[in-house]
Amino acid sequence: MSFPREFRDYRKFLVALVVMALLSPLGLYMPRILKAGSAWGEWGVNEIRKIAGYAPAGMERDANLWKAPMPDYGPPSGENAPLSRQGIFYILSGFTGILVCGGGAWLLGRWLAGKKK
Amino acid sequence: MMFNIPLPGATTGHAVGGVLIAIVVGPWGAFLSISIALVIQALLFGDGGITAIGANCLNIAFVMPFVGYFAYIIIAKVVGISSGKGKAIAAGIAGWFGLNAAALATAVEFGIQPLLHTGADGRAFYAPYPLSVAIPAMMLEHLIVFGVVEGLVTGLVVRYLQQSRSAWMLTPAGEDTVE
Repeated sequence: MSFPREFRDYRKFLVALVVMALLSPLGLYMPRILKAGSAWGEWGVNEIRKIAGYAPAGMERDANLWKAPMPDYGPPSGENAPLSRQGIFYILSGFTGILVCGGGAWLLGRWLAGKKK
Repeated sequence: MMFNIPLPGATTGHAVGGVLIAIVVGPWGAFLSISIALVIQALLFGDGGITAIGANCLNIAFVMPFVGYFAYIIIAKVVGISSGKGKAIAAGIAGWFGLNAAALATAVEFGIQPLLHTGADGRAFYAPYPLSVAIPAMMLEHLIVFGVVEGLVTGLVVRYLQQSRSAWMLTPAGEDTVE
């Protein structure tokens, strides 16, 4: 095979990364199966209403300030989408996040470096 | 970070990696890179939310890497660690410290909300739980479960980096002096 040497050296590592990416929807399904709720303090308005008995006014006011395009790393249709679709979006949002973070950091770096000249 | 770990019937958590990043690129690099990730998480995925970006960056991008980084340096100095394995263990313990420092900061921020913002009707305007609820709730799960997970991930990845061709990344903070 005529892969570049770097690529061969990292082959095991890349395979491991892909396997982990494919397994990551487990992090989506397991909490549901085991009935584990949101992380402490990360409740949405509906959740806090159930837990505390009322929705704090400030939270309710600010809840719709911003509509995320892929809410909770899922499809725009949210939690009503079939589980398999949610799993695919979970993986997809991981890759999107990596690309946008990397791209954002790169652009920021270029901008900051350009300002020095 | 996408492997959520469920505590059955209660809550979920996941590793953060803040101390790991601090050991690899230094605490200021961690501050910058984690802040970028947190902003994008809020904008794209509605995780944390745009009104929480400031608090999130303070806790996860500032407190965690700095506490963890200095914990790592202090542990390595005090114990006089020179082996790579020892440094990886020190990194794991630092991961535990860093995550718990961030969790404590978060718990305090939650806990003072009812003091700061409570309506005339006695209802909280934002987070409703006082310090006496927020601190035990946050700290128990982080001290016992999530901190241990964070430590394991931090230590194992540092060990992997020492043994891989990426070992140069760990200079000078975590380099494997065995080589």
